[in-house]
Amino acid sequence: MEEMRVVFAGFGGQGLLFAGKVVAYAGLLDEHEVSWLPSYGPEMRGGTANCSVTVSDEPIGSPLIMNPNVLIAMNNPSLIKFESEVTPGGKIFIDTSLINREPERDDCQVYALEATNMAEEAGLKGLANIVLVGKMLKETGFCSFETIEAAIRKTVPPRKAALIEKNIEALKLGMNA
Amino acid sequence: MSEKVLMKGNEAIAESAIRAGCRFFFGYPITPQTELAAYMAKRMPKEGGTYLQAESEVAAINMVYGAAAAGARVMTSSSSPGVSLKSEGVSYIAGADLPCLIINIERGGPGLGSIQPSQSDYWQATRALGHGDFQMVVYAPATVQEMADVAYGAFDIADKYRTPVMILGDGMLGQMMEPVELPERKTDLPEKPWATTGHGNVRQKNIANSLYLDAEELEKSNIARYERYDQIKANEQRAELVDCDDADIIIVAFGASSRIARSAVRAAREEGIKAGLFRPITLWPFPVDALEATKAHAKAYLSVEMNMGQMVDDVRLVVRDAAPVDFYGRVGGVIPTPAEVLNKIRQINEGLGE
Amino acid sequence: MAETQEKIVYQRPHSLAPVVTNYCPGCTHGIVNRLVAEVIDELGIEGETIGVSPVGCSVMMYNFYNCDFLEAAHGRAPAVATGVKRVHPDKVVFAYQGDGDLASIGMAETVHAATRGEKITVIFINNAIYGMTGGQMAPTSLPNQVTQTSPYGRDVSTAGYPVRVCELLSSLDGVAYLERVCVDSPKNIRKAKKAIKRAFQNQIDGVGYSLVEVVSTCPTNWGMTPTDAFEWMRNNMLPYYPLGVYRDVVADGFANAAEAAAARAAECPIAMAQNPQLDEIHAANAARVEGGDR
Repeated sequence: MEEMRVVFAGFGGQGLLFAGKVVAYAGLLDEHEVSWLPSYGPEMRGGTANCSVTVSDEPIGSPLIMNPNVLIAMNNPSLIKFESEVTPGGKIFIDTSLINREPERDDCQVYALEATNMAEEAGLKGLANIVLVGKMLKETGFCSFETIEAAIRKTVPPRKAALIEKNIEALKLGMNA
Repeated sequence: MSEKVLMKGNEAIAESAIRAGCRFFFGYPITPQTELAAYMAKRMPKEGGTYLQAESEVAAINMVYGAAAAGARVMTSSSSPGVSLKSEGVSYIAGADLPCLIINIERGGPGLGSIQPSQSDYWQATRALGHGDFQMVVYAPATVQEMADVAYGAFDIADKYRTPVMILGDGMLGQMMEPVELPERKTDLPEKPWATTGHGNVRQKNIANSLYLDAEELEKSNIARYERYDQIKANEQRAELVDCDDADIIIVAFGASSRIARSAVRAAREEGIKAGLFRPITLWPFPVDALEATKAHAKAYLSVEMNMGQMVDDVRLVVRDAAPVDFYGRVGGVIPTPAEVLNKIRQINEGLGE
Repeated sequence: MAETQEKIVYQRPHSLAPVVTNYCPGCTHGIVNRLVAEVIDELGIEGETIGVSPVGCSVMMYNFYNCDFLEAAHGRAPAVATGVKRVHPDKVVFAYQGDGDLASIGMAETVHAATRGEKITVIFINNAIYGMTGGQMAPTSLPNQVTQTSPYGRDVSTAGYPVRVCELLSSLDGVAYLERVCVDSPKNIRKAKKAIKRAFQNQIDGVGYSLVEVVSTCPTNWGMTPTDAFEWMRNNMLPYYPLGVYRDVVADGFANAAEAAAARAAECPIAMAQNPQLDEIHAANAARVEGGDR
């Protein structure tokens, strides 16, 4: 596969690190090389949060992504911060429930969906992150549905097992959007 | 073979240490090693082990001293400023010839510095962490898998040579997740007849001590320790060489910066530049022998570090006049990019053409 | 010739090694070292005992005893003892420290080992001066006491006040037993030995952290004869550091420090709450110890 370098960015609490972990686990299950790197520090306290996920067939160099080919942005500051870093031809996914500006890049494919509103209307409050992962899966085809479903089962901690089905619902919601 | 799981580097070290038979962890909170201590706090009580959050880094390393003398596999973890605080205790541990594992998940310095990744404690780790003539074995893993592997083996090395061992990581390696296959649990741990366990009226008393008021006695103990260091240098040097066989330019890098260097070397090769990566896995003993061998064909060396130039001294000590040794580094928590390193490689390559 | 029957009335305790110590003539360390050894002998625990010596005049104690010993960095004996005790909870671990070691550079280790309720025994020699380095002001030096580093007498307006260790530690919940004694007379020596024995017995019985403070002298650095030093100690130190028991949870009717702490926190809901998770961990670990799996 072509190396996929995804930056997930938004506010703390939107589940971006979790979404990144789902994608990384999917890569692991398909026996690719993967890395997941969070931003850490004061940003844990409700500021911006982002993580870098690389899925590749080569040993991964720096896990810190400077030139993503996929960006998932869940607020305005994240779009502003990371948009310019996306490689030409890359894919940008934005949650237009929370982002009220148009991406400026015309050399990337932009996928806009009201992920937060969609999730809330479907009774999946808090799962806009996975809705976006679903959309990203549909547009990149980086793994099979079975793989990502298995990745969700691996990633949701046992004490929250009740949320597995809701995550899968959110995934489908995004894939069909 | 156990299943591959996604784990943070900090957690992989902790789990691997438990599987290596470590049941005692003494530490103090500091970013960015937090997950390691938190993981131990969760796991140790359920393994019948001890997780103790000490009142200070100083107390923690002295608890390590006590537990190591008492014969246990024991460790502590911290980050740069906290490791400085431990330095007194590490000197005593080395002086009393006690085995233990110390983790440093480095952050930017000096002083309070930053909490972002850094490699600025290379000198501290390799030149002696604390007063007096001593060294300790220092591993610099570059992947989460390698963090698990070196943590697993570190206790054996510590016991074999009766020395403190350090794993030098950084905020990036500690915080990142990668697939890791965890090792099997160790069952047969070595006997420690020298340990202070209470003599039970069946043997002479044991003493853990680093005090020798007689100068000649102290000299003797130092010389004996350095004979062990010679064995370590002969047996324990480790390095990974990538594309070095025909390389004109050898990039020397360890830990996180070696990952960036690896990307840059790959890109250089795609441009037709004969670059290779020399990655020390042991920082002490520095893999002198393997680096020495590259001198037969290498025309230039470049040390890439997340500091102002520390390991480059060790590279120069090996390369000497055989070829120019250059340095590229970023500091303060700034992570160099593959593009920056590639630029530097191109510059060096152009110089070779002249 | 009448047959004489030999009766031993006084001999070196077995746990004390037949070596010459480094203590000055008239120093109380020698008395207290011997008392500790007598207690170890009487309790029959030499083979189970692990000592920790400090930095100070008693730094070489590891040579004076026949039990296992560790030499700790200055002030760190309680932390070192903690490490040993956690590995060998069934063994007897004691730390022996002077005033600079315990109450100055090692105050954090002292307070925290005490509040954790480490089941260790601490013997604290308070002679109001740094002996080994040649007579500097200690954390327990008295107001106006002349030392090398308080040449005009301890100036409380700049150097502050002495630390009363037993009083300070007596507020901590992990502490089982605190007593201040002295060794200036046969009667007081017997009392001191009784206190030291209690402090060891408490550890064997799992009662909690125990410390015995011995108000002592330093004839050499005080610049006095041993008898004058005792006189000075009685006149000046005992009014500042009154002898007596400062905490004794057993005398207060509790089985151990934990029970006393619980009684004190009776009004605090979270402190008194049931904790099934911890109960489970404790039960599992008790079973491990039982099964010899630790």
